[in-house]
Amino acid sequence: MAVQTAETAPPAAANPVLGPAFKDALIVGLIALGLFGPLIGFETVIIDGALGLAYRPSLLAIMVGIIFFGRLLLNLTLWSPNRKPSTHTGPTLFDRAGTVMGPGVKPALLAFAVLFPAIAIFSLGGLNESRYLIDLGILILTYVMLGWGLNIVVGLAGLLDLGYVAFYAVGAYTYALLATSAPINDFFAGLFGATFWANWAFWICLPMAGIFAGVWGMILGFPVLRLRGDYLAIVTLAFGEIIRLVLINWVDFTNGGAGIASIPRATFFGIPFNAGPDGFAALFGLPFSPMHRIIFLYFVILALALLTAFVTVRLRRLPVGRAWEALREDEIACRSLGINTTTTKLSAFATGAMFGGFAGCFFAVRAGFVSPESFTFDVSAMILAIVVLGGMGSQIGVAVAAAVMMGGMEMLRNLGFLKQVFGNDFDPSLYRMLIFGFAMVAIMVWKPRGLVSTRDPTIFLKERKAVSGDLVKEGHG
Amino acid sequence: MEIFVQQLINGLTLGSIYGLIAIGYTMVFGIIGMVNFAHGDVFMVSAFIALICFLLVTTVMGITSIFLALAIVLVVAMVFTSLLNWAIERVAYRPLRGSFRLAPMISAIGMSIFLANFVQVTQGPRNKPIPPMITDVIVLMDNGSYQVTLAWKQVIIMVITAALLGGFWYLVQKTSLGRAQRACEQDRKMAALLGINVDHTISLTFVIGAALAAVAGTLYLMYYGVANFADGFVPGVKAFTAAVLGGIGSLPGAVLGGLLIGLIETFWSAYFSIEYKDVAAFSILAITLIFMPQGLLGRPEVEKV
Repeated sequence: MAVQTAETAPPAAANPVLGPAFKDALIVGLIALGLFGPLIGFETVIIDGALGLAYRPSLLAIMVGIIFFGRLLLNLTLWSPNRKPSTHTGPTLFDRAGTVMGPGVKPALLAFAVLFPAIAIFSLGGLNESRYLIDLGILILTYVMLGWGLNIVVGLAGLLDLGYVAFYAVGAYTYALLATSAPINDFFAGLFGATFWANWAFWICLPMAGIFAGVWGMILGFPVLRLRGDYLAIVTLAFGEIIRLVLINWVDFTNGGAGIASIPRATFFGIPFNAGPDGFAALFGLPFSPMHRIIFLYFVILALALLTAFVTVRLRRLPVGRAWEALREDEIACRSLGINTTTTKLSAFATGAMFGGFAGCFFAVRAGFVSPESFTFDVSAMILAIVVLGGMGSQIGVAVAAAVMMGGMEMLRNLGFLKQVFGNDFDPSLYRMLIFGFAMVAIMVWKPRGLVSTRDPTIFLKERKAVSGDLVKEGHG
Repeated sequence: MEIFVQQLINGLTLGSIYGLIAIGYTMVFGIIGMVNFAHGDVFMVSAFIALICFLLVTTVMGITSIFLALAIVLVVAMVFTSLLNWAIERVAYRPLRGSFRLAPMISAIGMSIFLANFVQVTQGPRNKPIPPMITDVIVLMDNGSYQVTLAWKQVIIMVITAALLGGFWYLVQKTSLGRAQRACEQDRKMAALLGINVDHTISLTFVIGAALAAVAGTLYLMYYGVANFADGFVPGVKAFTAAVLGGIGSLPGAVLGGLLIGLIETFWSAYFSIEYKDVAAFSILAITLIFMPQGLLGRPEVEKV
C-alpha cells in the first residue's frame, strides 16, 4: 500500500534525506494503520452462538511495521532523491534473458512436459508413488490449456472475457449429460454392443463438447460484441453467472447442486483401463495398475493443450489472426480498413470458447463428477489472472504463469516449516486468490505487458527481430 | 393487493441500498470512464467495518441507545471506507492513467479479488450474524389473513438514503467541489487547463463513492443482520446493473436504476421464482447494455478518433 510521492521530489545533490524519508514513511504507516486497523486488529468470532470480538494487536503491529520500515528503506535507497535516475531504456534484463534463451526454452519445456510422467515415476520410485505429481501435472496442464484458450480472446483479440468459465461448464456438462444419458446408451447398445457407449463416449463427446461450447460462444457473443471493452467484460461475467445459476436451479436437467456423478472414465481409444481380460493392462501384457489411466489422462491433456497452442500459432499467421491483433490495437482503424469487426470478434470469441469446451470435457472425464460448484467466478478470475500475469498474447508466458501459480501454491501446501511458522491451521490455498488478486494489480502497475513481454513480430522484412513489449503500443485506442 | 404493497415497500428498501452503491459506480465511470469493479467489494468491506464497530460500541463501550450506536457506526464506517477507497485509487488506478485500455479494468478485478479474499483470510469464511436490532414494525393494512407491515428498519433506511441523496445533490450541484467534479467529467484536460486539480477531484470522487457505499454497507448489515466476505460480488453487480439501467454517468439515473432493480428483484421473487432472482438482474444488465446502452437517463455515447 505504498503511495508514490517520493518520486516527484526534484533531484538535487545532497538533499537532506533522512528527515523527509522518515516523515513520509510515518504518514504511510499511519495510513496502513487506518486500512488494516479494523480488519486485522479485530477478528469477529462466534462465541456461544453470539458474535464477539477477538484482538490481534501484535499481527497488526507486524503488518504496519513491515510497511513503515519497508517504505523507509525504499525512501532511503531506491526512491532517494540523491540517487541518479536510471538512463537505461532498452529491453530489461528479463526481456534480454528471454531473447537469449528464447529459441531453447520452448523445446526444453516441451521435452520436459512429455517426459514428466517418466521423470516423476523414476524420481519417486514407482507408479503409485508418482500419482500426486502426475495429478498436479494434469491440473497445471488443464490451466495452461484454459489460459491459452482465453489468451486467444483476451491476448490476441483484446476482448476482456470474465465469463470464460461458462464455456468450461458447457463442455463439462455436455460430456457429463451425454455420457450418462440412458437413451443414447441404449441406442448404441443396440447397434454396436452393450459397452460401446461407455468405452467411446469420451472420444465422441470431446469434439462435440468443443463444437457445442463454440456455438454457445457465438450465441452469447453475437449480441454483446458490439459493446465497448469494459461493458463486454461485465456482460460476459453476467452470462457466466447466469449459466451457473441455471445449472444449479434446473434440477430436472442437470441434477442441480448435487451434480452428476459416475460419469464414464476415459478409455485408451475404446479399451477400458480395468483389470478385466479386455482391459488395457491385459491387452498390452502389463500388470494392472490404476496409474495407467492417470498417465494416459496426462498425455490427453498435454495433447489438447498443444493442439490449442498449435492452432493459435497457425491462426496468428492467417488473415483472421492478423485481424484479431489489429482489432486489439485499434478498432476504429480496423473498421476504416474494411475489417468486419463483429465477425472478427465473434471468431475469436468462439475459438476461445471451443478450447474452453475441450478443457471442460476433459475436466468431466478426469473427475468423473461435475457440479456447479466447480464453475464459479473464481475460476474465470484465476484463468484471467494467469493470462494477465503471463503477458497477454504470450504463449510461453501463460504456460509459465499457470505452472508457477497452480504448482507453486500446491507446493507451498506441503512445506512443513510454514506450518511451524504460521501455526497449524495455516492453509496456503486460502491465500491463493489473495495472491492472484494482488499480483494482477501489481502486474498492471509495474509491468502491464506481463512477465514475458517480448514479442515476435508476425510479419517482418528480411529478418525477425524481437521487440520489447514496452515499445509496442498494444491495445491503446 | 396487500402482497403488492408489501413487496413495494421491500423493493424500495432494497432499491435504496442499490442506489447508494450505484452512485459510486456511476460517478467513477463518469469521471474516468472506468468500471470500478472493486466497488462491490468496497461495499462488503464497509459492512465488515460497520460490524466490528458495532460490536465495539455495544459490547465494549456499552452504549445501549441503538440510534446513537447506529450514528457512530455510520460515521466510523464512512471514514474508514473512504480511506480505503482513496488508497485503492492511489495505488491501483492512478498509476494506470494513460496505460492501455483494459489495464484499469484488470487492476480493478484484481483489487476486487484481493479485497474479498483479504476479508476471508482475516475474518474467516463463515457468516457473521448480529442480533436483530430494531424489530418494531408499523402495521399499515390488515385484512385478517395478511398484514402489510412497514418495519422501522425500512423507515430508517429510506430516510437516511433520502437525506444523504439530498446532501449529495447539494454537494454536486451547488459547491465548488461539485462544479470541479462536473467539469472533470465533461473534459478532464480542459478542466486541468482552467486550474482544477484533476487528481484531487478524482480522489474525492472515490472518497464520496466509498462514503455512500459505506452507508449502504451499514444499512445492509442492519437490515439483513449478517455479513459475509462473498457478499460484495452479487450486490456489486446488481448495483452496476442499476447504474447502467439508469444511464451510466447520470446521478439521478443511478438512484432511479437502483430503485427499479430493487423493485424488479422483490417482485420477481414474490411472483415468479426466488431461485432465478439473480438471473433476472443479470439478464436486465445484458439486455440493457445490448439494446439501450445509454440507459434511461444517460447521454448516448459518441466514439471519437
